Amino acid sequence: MYGKGLKPLSIAAVAMLALSLSLVFFYAPLDGDQGFIQKIFYVHVPLAITALIGFVAGGVFAILHLRSNDRKWDAYSYVAIHISVIFGVAVLITGAIWAKASWGHWWVWDEPTLVSFLIVFLLYATYYPFRYAIEDRDRQARYASVFAVTAGAFVPLNFMAVRMAESLVHPRTFATAEGGMPGEMMLTFLCSLVAMGLLWTTLVKFELTAKSASGQVKRLRRALDAPVAGGSSRIAPEVS
Amino acid sequence: MTPSRTAFAAILGKDLRSELRTLQSLPAMALFAVTTFVIFRFGLDRTSLSGSLASGVLWATLLFAAVLGINRLFVSEREEGGFDAIRLAPIDRTVLFAAKASALVVYLAALELVTVPIFAIFFLEDAAGLGPLVAVLLLTDLGLAATGTLISSMAVNSRARDLLVPLVLLPLSIPLMIAATGATEPLLSLGGPSYDRFGTWLMVLGLYDLIFGLVGYAVFDFLLED
Amino acid sequence: MEFLFAAPALPLDEAGKYVAGAYIVFVVLLVVYVAIMAAKLQRIEKDLREVAAIAEERKAEKREEVNA
Repeated sequence: MYGKGLKPLSIAAVAMLALSLSLVFFYAPLDGDQGFIQKIFYVHVPLAITALIGFVAGGVFAILHLRSNDRKWDAYSYVAIHISVIFGVAVLITGAIWAKASWGHWWVWDEPTLVSFLIVFLLYATYYPFRYAIEDRDRQARYASVFAVTAGAFVPLNFMAVRMAESLVHPRTFATAEGGMPGEMMLTFLCSLVAMGLLWTTLVKFELTAKSASGQVKRLRRALDAPVAGGSSRIAPEVS
Repeated sequence: MTPSRTAFAAILGKDLRSELRTLQSLPAMALFAVTTFVIFRFGLDRTSLSGSLASGVLWATLLFAAVLGINRLFVSEREEGGFDAIRLAPIDRTVLFAAKASALVVYLAALELVTVPIFAIFFLEDAAGLGPLVAVLLLTDLGLAATGTLISSMAVNSRARDLLVPLVLLPLSIPLMIAATGATEPLLSLGGPSYDRFGTWLMVLGLYDLIFGLVGYAVFDFLLED
Repeated sequence: MEFLFAAPALPLDEAGKYVAGAYIVFVVLLVVYVAIMAAKLQRIEKDLREVAAIAEERKAEKREEVNA
């Protein structure tokens, strides 16, 4: 039963989001360097961290799928990656807005974290054409899991490599994220992070429940020997 | 149970002999690379390159040429039932991964043996940086071989075969390229080779090779299931 | 509104637009996702209706068979 616990989870997510938004705009002090613009940090960075953890979670679910051969893990992996990719879009857009506000350009190559994230996003974007290209559903699920595991291993390595590519000439622009952040900012940041994590989990559970519901309808149809409705996805794993 | 070493040698030998006899990938890869050098000469409007530009042109070309070879790595297995033979044989299936990846390293090394001197002749002022470049080339080849073999073995069983390898492999190879170009750039700088962070970049390459070698080794078995 | 005065001077005209933009993007993406899931839910409802109709038909047929 995928829907079990969805209601309290979503309530917790909403509450946490409301709390962190209030903290961002009424509690957190203004940043000395960037001023009001710094507030974007509280939506951009938690989204990014959550998305990255989500990608790694997709890899972990994929390992479970490969070891148990239980298709439900493939569905978990697929949905985890799906929600993380959507979060990724939000990360890149908010990152671009923040770049434009801070430095006047919609994109900067100076920010190693943003660039690393772009690369990770590009990789996971290929998950869909990759799945689509494999026709046999069994094989598709297996190969997708291999992809998710490989990509999950890729994430930390990629961040390390891009950070190293940063020439020592460019100052670390995200110094506010490292040590030296005042307590109130840290609290606000942590609340936002928890809120995004809860949101991610809620959306994953939500999508799994929806998939499960359509899976149950298909099961009903089969039990009644009724014609199966056309138009099922070639790539989204079925949940039953 | 056939010992893995025998199986490994057998598969590797078969691949290398087959390539030597038919020469289907290597000449194409080399020609592609040299032609790409010419395109870069005109595209960049430069007749001599150094530093980051030289490093970039060299590595971008090698990467794209490698993709050509990687695309074809498992084609013979697929068309002539090699996968089924491996499944039936009493050997550890990851031997196929190790053998194919090793074959790919040999192809890439052969490619570089031909194209890097040509690159030097076309664009470089002095060849002093080429010696230490060998270490960079070797470590990068290992990394490309690990991920390339993994992706290629999946792509060969799909519909958009030639499309999947470039699509998925390129983002995966970015850290490799970052480290490779990072190490190569000071080697090819105008004033003579310098070793700025050379050891660090080699370590990053080694780390990539280790991680993806292990990942490939761990998951390859699942790819061959029916 | 007093809390806004408690914080140092907020340059609400220029910077505010960008910050608002970022949060708006977040909300819009979330709502778009909800809309897509709503469409899926509609399809599930339609499907269920059809299946319920089929099940009722079967039940009616069976009753006729028994009666006949």
